[in-house]
Amino acid sequence: MSRHTSSLTPEQFEGFGRELDAIKEKVIADLGQTDVDYIRRVIKAQRGMEVAGRGLLIFPPAWLAGTALLSVSKILDNMEIGHNVMHGQYEWTGDPALSGQAFEWDTSCPADQWRHSHNFTHHTFTNIVGMDRDIGYGLLRMSDDQDWRPYFLGNPVYAFLLMMLFQYGVALHELEAERIRSGEITLGDKREVLEQIWRKTRRQVLKDYVAFPLLAGPFAPFVFAGNMTANLVRNVWAFSIIFCGHFPEGTEEFSMEEARDETRGQWYYRQILGSANLTGGTIFHILSGNLSHQIEHHLFPDLPARRYAEIAPQVREICERYGLPYNSGPLPKQFGTVVRKIVRLALPSRGANMPTAAVRLAA
Amino acid sequence: MLPSRLLGLLAGPHGVDRYTELLDPMWTSDARATVVAVRRSTPRSLTVSLQPNRPVAGLRAGQYLTVTVEVDGRRHTRCYSPANAEGAALVELTIASHDGGVVSEHLLRNARPGMTVGLSTPAGDFVVPEVRPRRLLLIAGGSGITPVMAIARTLQGERYDGDVAVVHYVHALQDAAYRDELAAMPNVRVLYGCTRAPGGDLDGHLDQTHLAAAMADPDAVYVCGPPALVDAVRRYRPDAKAESFAPAPLVIPYSPGGGRITFSDSGIDAVDDGRPLLNQAEDAGLTPTSGCRMGICHTCTRRKVRGVVRNVSTGVISTDADEAVQICVSVAVGAVDIAL
Repeated sequence: MSRHTSSLTPEQFEGFGRELDAIKEKVIADLGQTDVDYIRRVIKAQRGMEVAGRGLLIFPPAWLAGTALLSVSKILDNMEIGHNVMHGQYEWTGDPALSGQAFEWDTSCPADQWRHSHNFTHHTFTNIVGMDRDIGYGLLRMSDDQDWRPYFLGNPVYAFLLMMLFQYGVALHELEAERIRSGEITLGDKREVLEQIWRKTRRQVLKDYVAFPLLAGPFAPFVFAGNMTANLVRNVWAFSIIFCGHFPEGTEEFSMEEARDETRGQWYYRQILGSANLTGGTIFHILSGNLSHQIEHHLFPDLPARRYAEIAPQVREICERYGLPYNSGPLPKQFGTVVRKIVRLALPSRGANMPTAAVRLAA
Repeated sequence: MLPSRLLGLLAGPHGVDRYTELLDPMWTSDARATVVAVRRSTPRSLTVSLQPNRPVAGLRAGQYLTVTVEVDGRRHTRCYSPANAEGAALVELTIASHDGGVVSEHLLRNARPGMTVGLSTPAGDFVVPEVRPRRLLLIAGGSGITPVMAIARTLQGERYDGDVAVVHYVHALQDAAYRDELAAMPNVRVLYGCTRAPGGDLDGHLDQTHLAAAMADPDAVYVCGPPALVDAVRRYRPDAKAESFAPAPLVIPYSPGGGRITFSDSGIDAVDDGRPLLNQAEDAGLTPTSGCRMGICHTCTRRKVRGVVRNVSTGVISTDADEAVQICVSVAVGAVDIAL
């Protein structure tokens, strides 16, 4: 893995992996009632805000409050609850309502497809160009390692559209649009996937844009607009948090060769180099689904996310000791570097697609 | 039909129950119950009355159901045979401390009015036929008295005029729950066997003289208790209907291989070779869904029907029946049954 900013000897990888394993084991041994109470409190708050928000939307003077509550509720449902529960973070509780395999969330993407594309593909092959489909969602050029084509001149425009329509972008993840474009597979191969997406999306659309507005009678347009705004707010927020997780300045990508026959320690190493954290307060962390602790999440995707904050200093200390970067910064700064990358990669990379990490090493 | 479909759409994707239960844990279509009364029935046992959120459909006297409680954030489920008469509004459980299980200990310590537990649908064939036998011998060991009480109370309620004898084995007489109530039942002969203290009507463990003393030539014999008691009864009455409670699973130190692995959904079994269950399932010709193969993605998570498995990635040991386990990093500790 020589082209990266840092590397370790096999013995160091071994020790590094063991230290991280020890952190995980300590948290697992400590899991208990407080963790379940926490996620149930979040669920209760989310459902309460959802009901209150939808109730207020019927009264036009309360439109803003209703929309705000519904937006926060959708953000909590998707991130701190949905994303984390579906990772199996609460599997140990044995509570069917917190079952990773059974949970369904309030967004277009069918939970079963998400579990495959995210929990398996993205989390196993994190930042491996050509395998991790989160690198650009099959639409964008997010790494110098992706060959430039004239299509990518529209990179910033596609990114903006993806942000606004993020739930549909996520829903279409399993369609593998880029493989269809390249002729590797046909749309017909994805018939079942498309049908599942359509069934889920239809229900979501019927709920937010037909049933709830109609129930409001003459105020239907207000409810429609409120629901649309809440979905949009959630889309923009989720896009921002997720893109700041892997694409700020300094995060690195890997090739399939580099990731072949990885040890546990090397896998941890790739997760750390490919992820970036966001700094902020407690509310910010909860609203981000604790994906603000992206590094810790990628090391231990099935530990309850509320635990990431307490282990972050330990992870950071280990990284410092092994000379590995620990990418962390406030949202505006990190997002700024993501936008810069999206714009820069619209044009061909300087030096004929030389990986940036290698350029840095050579300099 | 239409209103419920509309409600389902509006409450989607979580469903109406996930909202109503937040107002009151009983407002759900999941079978749950609230503890409404707790009394100490003996120095070492507790009798708990449960109000189910909907009638427990089809609970016949002598059957068992499962009770689910949460202990330090983890759900645990155990079988209990209620002691209430058939058709009673409340479900009555008597829990003895020497059961030693997680659920019993939790209930003994924490059961108080207002506590919520989960219930399953009743099951079991420890029931008296609709055409009641004329001479009925009921034998109980320890907390095995509860289904016997359910049968005795039900028969009392229907003014059954046949003969009933109850033999209850306990450590000491003071451990016998329901003594006063049984003594007050007409047409019921009650004998106590004390196995660890003086007193009682019968000496030591069950033998033929005990059976003869209780009832000569019964039409039907029922026994509920530890496996040793059931075996003893069946030596004299092979036709005895029995209900046995198995001891809590013992965690043995991990030694790989040798146990029987059953993939119960496909009816295939294999001799454990010590590797993760996923590899062994694949070698047995099954194609379970899997992903990362390193314990992070939970794609391969399956229900473990019974048995003990160890997660080699976290070291966590799963002993309870019906727990979800990640088969790519789980190895068997002894015999294991996986729903696959």
